[in-house]
Amino acid sequence: MLDDFFTRALIGGVGVAALAAPLGCFVVWRRMAYFGETIAYSGLLGVALGFILGIDPTIGVFAVCMVMALLLAGLQGQTVLPEDTLLGILAHVGLAGGLILATLTGGARLDLMGYLFGDILAVSVGDVIWIWAGAVAIYAAFYWLWRPLLAISVHEELAAAEGVNVRLVRIAYILLIAVAVALAMKVVGILLITSLLIFPAAAARAFARTPEQMAGGAVVIATLSVVLGLTMSLQADTPAGPSIVIVLALFFLASAVRAMATARG
Amino acid sequence: MTAPVSMLAPAPVVIAPVTPLVVAKRPLVSANRISLKLGARTVIEDVTLTIHAGEIVTVIGPNGAGKTTLGRLMLGLAKPDSGSIDRAPKIRVGYVPQRFAIDAAIPLDVARFMTLGVRANAAEVVAALEETGAAHLARSSIATLSGGEFQRVLLARALMAAPDFLVLDEPVQAVDYAGEAQLYDLIAAIRNRRGCGVLLISHDLHMVMKASDKVICLNRHICCQGGPQAVANDPAYLKLFGLSGLDALGIYRHRHDHAHDLSGEVCEGHKHE
Repeated sequence: MLDDFFTRALIGGVGVAALAAPLGCFVVWRRMAYFGETIAYSGLLGVALGFILGIDPTIGVFAVCMVMALLLAGLQGQTVLPEDTLLGILAHVGLAGGLILATLTGGARLDLMGYLFGDILAVSVGDVIWIWAGAVAIYAAFYWLWRPLLAISVHEELAAAEGVNVRLVRIAYILLIAVAVALAMKVVGILLITSLLIFPAAAARAFARTPEQMAGGAVVIATLSVVLGLTMSLQADTPAGPSIVIVLALFFLASAVRAMATARG
Repeated sequence: MTAPVSMLAPAPVVIAPVTPLVVAKRPLVSANRISLKLGARTVIEDVTLTIHAGEIVTVIGPNGAGKTTLGRLMLGLAKPDSGSIDRAPKIRVGYVPQRFAIDAAIPLDVARFMTLGVRANAAEVVAALEETGAAHLARSSIATLSGGEFQRVLLARALMAAPDFLVLDEPVQAVDYAGEAQLYDLIAAIRNRRGCGVLLISHDLHMVMKASDKVICLNRHICCQGGPQAVANDPAYLKLFGLSGLDALGIYRHRHDHAHDLSGEVCEGHKHE
């Protein structure tokens, strides 16, 4: 079954949707969209690192995203620059540096469009295994992380007074984002990973009354979008990532219309 | 506001004026000559303070005086640079932080908000909400509450841990004048019922006077302290708050440094006793 490239892309894509959607809810709740984007943009540096060391680029991406996530966590609370300015600078340094390094080191092996926008032809059996192992790891982490993470997302000091180790929970969450970014890159490409985090969560908000409903709704919307987007990519020969994003946007549009209709009563 | 009948009683009658508890008071949290700097700025300087069980200690002072920081230090959310803080063993704390907004992006009703930090069943949640007159809000979305409703919910959440020590940071912010009196009565009632120690942060001495056992006048260091009446007459208190009166303190930082600049309008607004 996994011999078929489309099946592999589908199974991998659904795994990516399932692991990214609940994380994406916290990206929305904690206003960290730029944060995720900055980590994602550093991904190409990881690809270059893979070429240089002669290892699987996914491992390189994984390592660089981890380092970037910890760096950003360390810079949180700095007061020299507004946070979005700093993130914008780091994101584009990461992207530009990654593009140059990957071009220099990758040569003919570099499928630049695939890394930037996703490529359903590029999802290997190894990638599928990586993705689903990552999904299991993220859901396992959420087993103990969900409650304290939700508590600090509402109010950090209040959670701290109630005994939550805020710093530990925050770092664990940031590392999970790095994992998600590294795994999602193959399917949607680094430029569009953030949309897989925030679109499903934003679309699910209008239908949810609890945080868990929102996360569940986001998983459903993300999964449907990946399946429909990849099908569109296959049929119309469009790039995988942008196809998924357009379907996600349609879901978001439908949700926004519903939210506005509800608000007007 | 549809509060229980007891809450709607005329404000002044509810509490007896400062009932000194005759029972031996148990010290809960003691700060011993603590100081804290944030960057180059001294936020807390050489503060010594003990909160006992069953006692309401009110900290007043202008904006930027370090009131919130002192509360965080007493809770253990921050560590002093020098000095020490002793806590009674196994003490449980409750915290009502300064007014904050909950992002409407998080779908949360009141009941769920109550159990974010402390696990509890539905009956325990309702009991805590009833104690603060907010039980009817349990199914409301947290983002839709009024200022007074939200403060009651925050207070109820602080009670979930059965606290020995409560820190309430400006608990009447965004509450209208009548609601303020009710909330202070409620806080005194909780203290009387539970015997917990309360550190109450406020910028308004008049309102908290009758409920406080002790008032600390803070401007980075302790300017003066004592019973509410004694503090109100203390020269250090009058110097700190000057003629601007307490009403302006929530709005103008360090107004007391510029008392001579005050416009006539502000002075007229001051109700002299």
